[in-house]
Amino acid sequence: MEENLIKTCLHDRHVKLGALMSPFGGFDMPIQYKGITEEHNAVRHEVGVFDVSHMGEVRVKGPDAYKFVSHIFVNDVTGAPDGQIFYGMMCYENGGTVDDLLVYKVNDEEYFLVINASNIDKDVAWIKQNAEGFNVEITDQSPYYGEVAIQGPKAEETVDNVLGIPVKDIAFYNFKTFPIDGEEVIVSRTGYTGEDGFEVYGSHEFTQKVWDKLMEAGVQPCGLGCRDTLRFEVGLPLYGDELSADITPIEASLSMFVKLDKSEFIGKEALAKQKAEGVKRRIIGIELEGNAIPRHGYPVEVDGKQIGEITTGYRSISTGKSVAMAMVDKPYDKLGTNVEVRIRKKTFPGVVVKKRFYDKSYKK
Amino acid sequence: MSKILENLRYSDSHEWVKLEGDIATVGITDYAQHALGSIVYVDMPEVGDEVSQGEDFGAVESVKAASDLISPVSGEVVEINEALEDEPELVNQDAFENWIMKVKISDPAEVESLLDAAAYAKVCEE
Repeated sequence: MEENLIKTCLHDRHVKLGALMSPFGGFDMPIQYKGITEEHNAVRHEVGVFDVSHMGEVRVKGPDAYKFVSHIFVNDVTGAPDGQIFYGMMCYENGGTVDDLLVYKVNDEEYFLVINASNIDKDVAWIKQNAEGFNVEITDQSPYYGEVAIQGPKAEETVDNVLGIPVKDIAFYNFKTFPIDGEEVIVSRTGYTGEDGFEVYGSHEFTQKVWDKLMEAGVQPCGLGCRDTLRFEVGLPLYGDELSADITPIEASLSMFVKLDKSEFIGKEALAKQKAEGVKRRIIGIELEGNAIPRHGYPVEVDGKQIGEITTGYRSISTGKSVAMAMVDKPYDKLGTNVEVRIRKKTFPGVVVKKRFYDKSYKK
Repeated sequence: MSKILENLRYSDSHEWVKLEGDIATVGITDYAQHALGSIVYVDMPEVGDEVSQGEDFGAVESVKAASDLISPVSGEVVEINEALEDEPELVNQDAFENWIMKVKISDPAEVESLLDAAAYAKVCEE
């Protein structure tokens, strides 16, 4: 095992369950317990629970909180009711992506940001560095919070029955705080699987209690292995694959989250220019003929010439098809374009498709 | 504990070889299938392909990752296990029964250079 890996507050439970553990974003995380396929199917058809305590949490508080969040976030939180959540990115001046994140609006003077584990240090530094001149207090609360994600068509009844937290009235991409055992617990109707589900944030002690109750009730523990296959099937990006400092949200085909009509935000000029001029390359979906499996980094070719590469690929567990997301040059991003993916010594024919390989079933 | 058969030869990259005349049957070991987890695809060579000892001849893939198959012998592929095209999970069920390719070997001495069951068992323990 690598040195200096951080253990989440549920680490000993994963080890006891016999999980296959692996480093991820600086943490020693469970990849699978029973098997990726079984866990994936539990979430698609029943319910599963993930330890996502590795995710980072940053609280932004103060009279300028709204103005500051608007400054660093590409999506537009203007006029949102308290309790609403936004997905979007923080970008560099050149449009490259610092991270993708969720912004929870507590009120106009307080926001709760949920960021990727691998980017916590970088993001916190970036947020603080850009807060100069804003009357805000920025607190990295990542060490305090544990987090579990309960996902799947039975998530609502599970949270309600097993945890005794009434979540029926929480709408999609909204959250509520509940006072439980003397602390404020955050519960949101969000996730990273394409299924209905909830994410629950609380102290380590609370998170352990939640986990233990769910295990007792027989809820399937799910590792990061199926978290990736689930998010991939519904076309959700992973920072490091479909987004990075070198990939803008426009290139990642996530323009819908970039609100260029907002008065200002970091990266606006570069992104507006890219949008107006058109991108040179873009993330698309590819469906392959046959059974060979495209993987991250494999070349995508047209007439023997490389025109892009795979960012994430799998044999889709839900559909059985070999599919991938890929960054390809224009004009090969058009739906229906015939491409070839080089897998080891051979190339396999495929066609450009929408990067949603399985339909989401959110409860909106 | 994974199964190791006495009468086979092994590579330290976890392939097994069964030699009958000049035909070597090649598969992956029980230890390998266990380490990989659910196998969802076996990338096999084509009949007529030349394979070389120590070089890759395909891959076995789990949901998460691809692992190269390293040929323990040199020669010409004379048969592949077509059943694995539709049912790669057969390798998980019995890795020794469900071979991957048969090779008409060009150098019998290569087989002698492979590990015997006892030596391979030590590799698995490490």
